[in-house]
Amino acid sequence: MSKERADDKTVLRRHHDMGGLPAGPVDPYGAGAEHDYAPWEKRVDAILRLLADSKRRLITTDELRRGIEELGPGAYDEMSYYERWIASVTNNLIEKGVITVDELGRRMAEVAAAWPAGAETLEGSHSGERKR
Amino acid sequence: MAHEHDHDHHGHDHGDHHHGHAHRSHPYQPDLEEKPLTHFQVMTEAVADLLIEKGIITADELRAMLEAIDAKSPAAGARMVARAWADASFKARMLEDVNRAATELGIDAGGIPIRAVENTDRVHNVIVCTLCSCYPRLLIGLPPDWYKSRAYRSRTVREPRAVLAEFGTTIPDGVELRVHDSTADLRYMVLPARPAGTDGWDEERLAGLVTRDCMIGVTLPKPAG
Amino acid sequence: MSARFAVGETVKVRAAFPPGHLRTPFFIRGKTGRVTAVLGPYRNPEELAYGRSGEPALPLYRVLFATAELWDDFRGAPQDSTVVDVYENWLERA
Repeated sequence: MSKERADDKTVLRRHHDMGGLPAGPVDPYGAGAEHDYAPWEKRVDAILRLLADSKRRLITTDELRRGIEELGPGAYDEMSYYERWIASVTNNLIEKGVITVDELGRRMAEVAAAWPAGAETLEGSHSGERKR
Repeated sequence: MAHEHDHDHHGHDHGDHHHGHAHRSHPYQPDLEEKPLTHFQVMTEAVADLLIEKGIITADELRAMLEAIDAKSPAAGARMVARAWADASFKARMLEDVNRAATELGIDAGGIPIRAVENTDRVHNVIVCTLCSCYPRLLIGLPPDWYKSRAYRSRTVREPRAVLAEFGTTIPDGVELRVHDSTADLRYMVLPARPAGTDGWDEERLAGLVTRDCMIGVTLPKPAG
Repeated sequence: MSARFAVGETVKVRAAFPPGHLRTPFFIRGKTGRVTAVLGPYRNPEELAYGRSGEPALPLYRVLFATAELWDDFRGAPQDSTVVDVYENWLERA
């Protein structure tokens, strides 16, 4: 940014606070500019809206945001937009004791095993677009 | 709209999803069954399952919310803009309170306050959310990926005219380019200026000129010609 | 709601850099602008982020900055502006 302070280190701002940082073209009509939201992505959105609604008030928008901010700078390079959302929602639910790590891990393993085409491991390559 | 998955197009048998496992609380609605699930898709399915099992949400609520998400589109915002162009007193009410004005058109813009900022011959407005991706979703639907991109979030507050040029939009030097960073509880939309040559047009025809992008402020509405 | 600042008043954004969930973007810290609207009150997102009440709710101000004053290398028009919604706890008299 301009008017650089002598102590202007990246630690002063978290990764999400990116107003004014150098970046490439927006390229709004290019290949990666838009994509039809996948059903699983809309499901993440729907889950969040339900958890945040007046009936439940289990999570707020700011808790979601804070959860995303705390995923760390790598999150923006390695995870897509809704991957960051579900990661934050899940972390929040664990923190709040709504779900336990144990039951989540077991259910995730069941889901992966039941899927005809299998599931990727964390170490494997990820499908989907990066850097949304 | 439903996300019913049509099984008829696939050669393999889908009857074995539940073998050996506890009953799934809701059916898979896969994007592409022949691809492996990613870690986060697995997480999404598992979290949804657990929430439904625990009675925190129901499968019906989830389905209804998905339909509600799909039902939102820029058309609602376009109708409001068209009404504002045609009716000065509605415009005043819209500028005062978008959510309340929306109800006049039978539109539910949700509980988060949305504020409209008006383009004039002296001021052109552009909306961004540098910190995340705040957007008037409950009025005009989900934002395009570019709106949520690093490039748009970083550069729009610093070199808005260059960003607009990428959209093919040039704002005259004498006009104030006003960028709104949606940092707090409000969401913003641009009320674009009515294009010339549209005298006497009905609202439906006017709404046809109003695009999503001109309500973000990166473009002007379509011209009348 | 008792708001500390009024429309038209010149305010300065505090040049503080705490960690945590903040909705005051880095690029306006220490900058001076003019209040164009007083809104709210809204609960404090810094506290809501941790599941706390966020009360007492704070006035929220639309603060208009001259974009040329935000960036040394700004190449737009001199009258271009940037408006940011800032919670009262981040503002002081200029």
